[in-house]
Amino acid sequence: MSSTNNAPPSTAAASKRPKYSKFTQQELPACKPILTPRWVISAFMLISIIFVPIGVAALFASRDVIEIVDRYDSVCVPANETDKVKYIQTPGFKTCNRTLTVPKHMKPPIFVYYQLDNFYQNHRRYVKSRNDQQLRDSKEANSVSGCKPEDYNNNSAIVPCGLIAWSLFNDTYSFSRKNVPLNVSKKDISWKSDREHKFGKDVYPQNFQSGSLIGGAKLDSSIPLSEQEDLVVWMRTAALPTFRKLYGRIEVELQENDVIDVTLGNNYNTYSFNGKKKLVISTTSWLGGKNDFLGIAYLTVGGLCFFLAVMFTIIYLVKPRQLGDPSYLSWNRNPGWH
Amino acid sequence: MAGGGGGRGKRKKLQFSKIYSFRCGKQSLQDDHSQIGGPGFSRVVYCNEPDCFEAGIRDYASNYVSSTKYTLATFLPKSLFEQFRRVANFYFLVSGILAFTPLAPYTAVSAIVPLIIVVGATMVKEGIEDWRRKQQDIEVNNRKVKFHKGNGVFDYTEWKNLRVGDIVKVEKDQFFPADLLLLSSSYEDAICYVETMNLDGETNLKLKQALGVTVALQEDSDIRDFKAIVKCEDPNANLYSFVGTMEFEEQQHPLSPQQILLRDSKLRNTDYIYGAVIFTGQETKVIQNSTDPPSKRSRIERKMDKIIYLMFFILFLISFIGSIFFGVYTRDDLQNGRMKRWYLLPDDTTAYFDPRNAPLAAIYHFLTALMLYSYFIPISLYVSIEIVKVLQSMFINQDVHMYYEEADKPAHARTSNLNEELGQVDTILSDKTGTLTCNSMEFIKCTVAGIAYGRGITEVERAIDRKKGSPLRNDGVNGDVDLLSSNAKSSIKGFNFRDDRIMNGNWVNEDNADVIQKFFRVLALCHTAIPEVDEETGKVSYEAESPDEAAFVIAAREIGFEFYQRAQTSISVKELDLAFGKKVERVYQLLNVLEFNSTRKRMSVIVRDEERKILLLSKGADSVMFERLANNGKSFEEDTMEHMNEYADGGLRTLIIAYRELGDDEYTKFSKKFNEAKNSVSADRELLIDEAAETVEKDLILLGATAVEDKLQNGVPDCIDKLAQAGIKIWVLTGDKMETAINIGYACSLLRQGMKQIIISLESPEILALEKAGDKNVLGKASQESVLRQIKDGKKLLDASKGSTTEAFALIIDGRSLTYALKDDVKNLFLQLAIGCASVICCRSSPKQKALVTRLVKSGTGKTTLAIGDGANDVGMLQEADIGVGISGVEGMQAVMSSDIAIAQFRYLERLLLVHGHWCYRRISTMICYFFYKNITFGFSLFLFEAHTAFSGQSAYNDWFLSLFNVFFTSLPVMALGVFDQDVSARFCLRFPILYQEGVQNVLFSWRRILGWMGNGFTSAIIIFFFCIKALEEQAFRDDGQVAGYAIFGGIMYTCVVWVVNLQMALAVSYFTLIQHILIWGSIAIWYLFLVIYGAMSPTFSTTAYNLFIEALAPSPSYWIVTMFITISALVPYFTFSALQMRFFPMFHGTIQWIRHEGFSEDVEYCDMVRQSSIRPTTVGHTARLAAKSRREQNDNFGLG
Repeated sequence: MSSTNNAPPSTAAASKRPKYSKFTQQELPACKPILTPRWVISAFMLISIIFVPIGVAALFASRDVIEIVDRYDSVCVPANETDKVKYIQTPGFKTCNRTLTVPKHMKPPIFVYYQLDNFYQNHRRYVKSRNDQQLRDSKEANSVSGCKPEDYNNNSAIVPCGLIAWSLFNDTYSFSRKNVPLNVSKKDISWKSDREHKFGKDVYPQNFQSGSLIGGAKLDSSIPLSEQEDLVVWMRTAALPTFRKLYGRIEVELQENDVIDVTLGNNYNTYSFNGKKKLVISTTSWLGGKNDFLGIAYLTVGGLCFFLAVMFTIIYLVKPRQLGDPSYLSWNRNPGWH
Repeated sequence: MAGGGGGRGKRKKLQFSKIYSFRCGKQSLQDDHSQIGGPGFSRVVYCNEPDCFEAGIRDYASNYVSSTKYTLATFLPKSLFEQFRRVANFYFLVSGILAFTPLAPYTAVSAIVPLIIVVGATMVKEGIEDWRRKQQDIEVNNRKVKFHKGNGVFDYTEWKNLRVGDIVKVEKDQFFPADLLLLSSSYEDAICYVETMNLDGETNLKLKQALGVTVALQEDSDIRDFKAIVKCEDPNANLYSFVGTMEFEEQQHPLSPQQILLRDSKLRNTDYIYGAVIFTGQETKVIQNSTDPPSKRSRIERKMDKIIYLMFFILFLISFIGSIFFGVYTRDDLQNGRMKRWYLLPDDTTAYFDPRNAPLAAIYHFLTALMLYSYFIPISLYVSIEIVKVLQSMFINQDVHMYYEEADKPAHARTSNLNEELGQVDTILSDKTGTLTCNSMEFIKCTVAGIAYGRGITEVERAIDRKKGSPLRNDGVNGDVDLLSSNAKSSIKGFNFRDDRIMNGNWVNEDNADVIQKFFRVLALCHTAIPEVDEETGKVSYEAESPDEAAFVIAAREIGFEFYQRAQTSISVKELDLAFGKKVERVYQLLNVLEFNSTRKRMSVIVRDEERKILLLSKGADSVMFERLANNGKSFEEDTMEHMNEYADGGLRTLIIAYRELGDDEYTKFSKKFNEAKNSVSADRELLIDEAAETVEKDLILLGATAVEDKLQNGVPDCIDKLAQAGIKIWVLTGDKMETAINIGYACSLLRQGMKQIIISLESPEILALEKAGDKNVLGKASQESVLRQIKDGKKLLDASKGSTTEAFALIIDGRSLTYALKDDVKNLFLQLAIGCASVICCRSSPKQKALVTRLVKSGTGKTTLAIGDGANDVGMLQEADIGVGISGVEGMQAVMSSDIAIAQFRYLERLLLVHGHWCYRRISTMICYFFYKNITFGFSLFLFEAHTAFSGQSAYNDWFLSLFNVFFTSLPVMALGVFDQDVSARFCLRFPILYQEGVQNVLFSWRRILGWMGNGFTSAIIIFFFCIKALEEQAFRDDGQVAGYAIFGGIMYTCVVWVVNLQMALAVSYFTLIQHILIWGSIAIWYLFLVIYGAMSPTFSTTAYNLFIEALAPSPSYWIVTMFITISALVPYFTFSALQMRFFPMFHGTIQWIRHEGFSEDVEYCDMVRQSSIRPTTVGHTARLAAKSRREQNDNFGLG
């Protein structure tokens, strides 16, 4: 009645009645899950049923891995040397010999890692101190932004620039068994995408480690970066201050109780920051290297869920309660418990 | 209020002007008019010459009105400013700017893009809303009105085209397009009736009259040569004043508000008027008067601000901790010139990492950390909530159960800010007329000669019957109610009387036929209505001053006493002659009208019938009528009284009908005295008239009593009952008389027999005496004391009955007492009293008082208030309350325009609150909790990682992972939760009103719950991070011997976070539609998709994520196994908690879900049992009334036994 007040009768307005649909009326079909005892118990049971076998499998996988870890940073400094930092900073190649015993038969591929401790490869200053364009493209040799202070040397750009490259790990390992050298393959130890797309095939090191302060390893300036796999591996920074990096692969079988002589070039300075250095020789399983955590964790959580399932079952059996108990709707009850 | 009272008397007389050729006295206010031309009074209007040069140079505003917030030019700066006024957005802006400095832990672009998306989305939303307002403006501005084109030709034009000086012709029931000067009307004396509902909410028509000199302008052609110059005041906001003069035919005529027709008021009962436009557009009084509506924010949002501050605190705290560690580490890097972490080259570094100035580096780090941990603050929270609320409002608008068929009006949420507030309402403050009642009176019952007639049933009786008959009728279906009431609806408006004994002429066969005849004759004669005979059908309709008067005349007509003509001094009625048995036309000579007013509480007419007998016909309130009965006129007194009590308890408005015959002498004596009084000019003229009337209104003979239903809107009693069950308190604030208000209180079951009424009023004899004496100071003081005393007495009464559950109190207070009760020193006491009472009715309250009461409740109790009203007099209340609900009824749009939500009928409030309110409350609170949960999970995992990078400010994830987390991978499911989730369906919400208490007690957004969710976030982050580093450690993570570097570690952890927060959402949702499925699983899928696509881009762009998924993650079994393990482990704590909660401490909704799940909802008996135990012992509503009644009956039986 009031809508027709406007002077000339407007065209008969269409009804404003909302269109009925399940959507607009919020009546869409839906499942309305609620935590009935059956659901809760089944869910916990299901989790434990899935988790326990996976845990067992993971544990087996981890146990299958043979791993030899040898910490050598302190042993490889002569005992009479009091200032380890000074020792390591003295120029010259410092060799050190270690012998390792193979505890169990190891099938190739056997991976050789170096492990550093307390080394913050994930430090923000460190992570950013590189220039990806320069690494990839020979024309970009002069783009050194972000590489300070390792960007220029004598006014010419350093390739590869930045702290990461500059601090390249330079310990070396060579292995022999019964005086027969074990060949360590250094090919394909880096990620394929890194080799092929992040490090240029025509980018050659220049001006590298030529300054007054030498950080880590030097690079052969006749080999393109993409083939300098130690660098490529190193440049893929680690997530945590304790990390391993792939050094190479041994492609032959090692028998149980084989004794392996390692000739180390102990050059890398971890002494300044109290870092450890370890040499790791390890096989892998389908889950990777040796780490019991995942298996144990799976078993624990699976067990816990089993326990909870049992608890809920007991509660359900011992003290069954109609869960729609209206006494919980009592007016005087304080509804808030959460 | 005094002003209102005074105005009332005047209006009444003015309306009589038509009957008695009353002429409005010309007002000349020489004092004011001398100011014309001076400052503030400089306006000059050239009537009918809008184009003339003088008018041109004055450049008055156009009649275009605009209510938009922005214009095209101001939109960008203004809305941006609005955006960045929010602390969180400002923070993001600052960190976005800082991201361009080397401080930033991520690239600037990745920080700016989400901000742009978020701010952009909000601005789009603002833009759309403003566009809607614009559309509304366009509608108003394009309304058509007839205006003078020239040469006496009128044509339609749009409102916006009107200019000052135009002559317009407004026709019946049209709105005035601007402030007009009335020139002439279809009535000869140039009066017109105006309805000012939109301005002041008064439903009475007001009379305006043009100056005598312009009366002659009766035809369109008369306008052709009309010329006048109006000089008047400048535009101002005062609705009730106008100062101006009109120069017409070289004479000055003073103008007063009497000649001014204001925009937004409506022409009534008048065929057309001619008017000259004086003020246009923004200069009109009504627009000058409008204030910007206060912007309201919901309680939840205000609390959310607090959470954001808490988050900022956490953010600063952990940044601070990080900075201290960072400073220590950095300082240690250089000792005695020896570099410790030589690979960082600490002796050749920027200030950010300089060990020689570690404190400064720490401060820089602090800034970096603030940016890095910005993920603690959900950037998309505001925009998500806003979008969700808009969608929620759409659902409210779309609800067919809140659509009112008759008026074609759906519900309309005008602001979306307050959706969740609807779920927390503690007190409803309701207007009466037009809100609870339809403002239509229906003659429904009468008692004549001690016999009760009328079988019509009132809405209350209907509600109670329904309750008794079928306790488990289907609550959800409002359609039922509609059907019932529409079936029973009478075909004649104002008449709902059913009784075969009287109808269809059967009354002649009754024993007391002569009394019945007299009774209806009084109804047909004793009034001031004007008949309008439809010439085609011969049907008579009436224009009456008040709807109950109309109801009487209509009732008389329907029974067979058809009043059809009113002349200056006579009233003609067609009535049945008992002797002949057929209809005859009788003319009664109208001698005097003794008017109704609030002190007399009665009205009489003196007529001379065809037998020359002089009759005094009278109707009035029982309180004044019974004492005026003659000794021989009391034969039916007892029965009548009994019936009247019954009627009153049913909420009906009763009037006593009586008459007496006057002897000629007596009449002559009276007439002389009465005329003297009428003609006197002294101040106590009214008093003299009343005294004169008093002398004849005595020795009356009782005929009977009428009962008129102030018709409640459909379903009001049911709705009130439901709301009461939900624990919502209902106050009625009305401008009506106390009696009417109490009637309605009964009708709505807010009052019932046996309730103790605490009435606070200033109608006591002492106060009235003081009032007569006229000393304002003394009166004020006495009133104050009286009110205080009454309040204290009431409080005492209340305190005395504490502990008793059956006793309920009702507080009824009138407007004048309210003035004192709202004074600062009394109001708290008053509030305490009011809170203690089951129902509160404030009558005769002015709009301002309504607003003040609302404010008192709001600030005094700290609870959420909802005001509901339909008239302009409710605007203050609507704006003051936390939520204003406007009834988009017949009474104009003012209330709707200032409301937050408009509904068409009071009963929709039930669904609006119990269903939509509850849902929205639940959705928004869960949504906010979840938002903080997910951002804490994400942000804290960043922190844990940073702690492992020597607090250097390195983030665990790729820059784009970071910035898209809030925007892409987690935002949609939570919005779906906000829009679609429902704990239980609408049916159950209505069936178990107790559920609403979750909102009132705010359990879903208590600090406990918020902190619980936050704790859940921290737990998840810890589980994710530590399990990740333990599982990945330093060993090879796949069989080709590769180890998990920074990029892979970030990728795995991020995958876990995405899974965990999305599955957490899946666990939290209790209404899983297809949409939720798509969005939750879709979000996870989008993450993988993103990884693939982003990883396929050139390494320049994808940096660490290059080929990450394809090459490194997907082929590694440990990636999948770790993800699964961490995802499930991180959810086990929450899952266990909810299972325990559901088992041992279920919340209301949990229990109701159970009831539904176990299928008991179909079990009628069980449900009834549950309802009984869940229903609060209500003190109002018809459930309570029924209970009280059965208690009383039990007691009675006991007494008898």
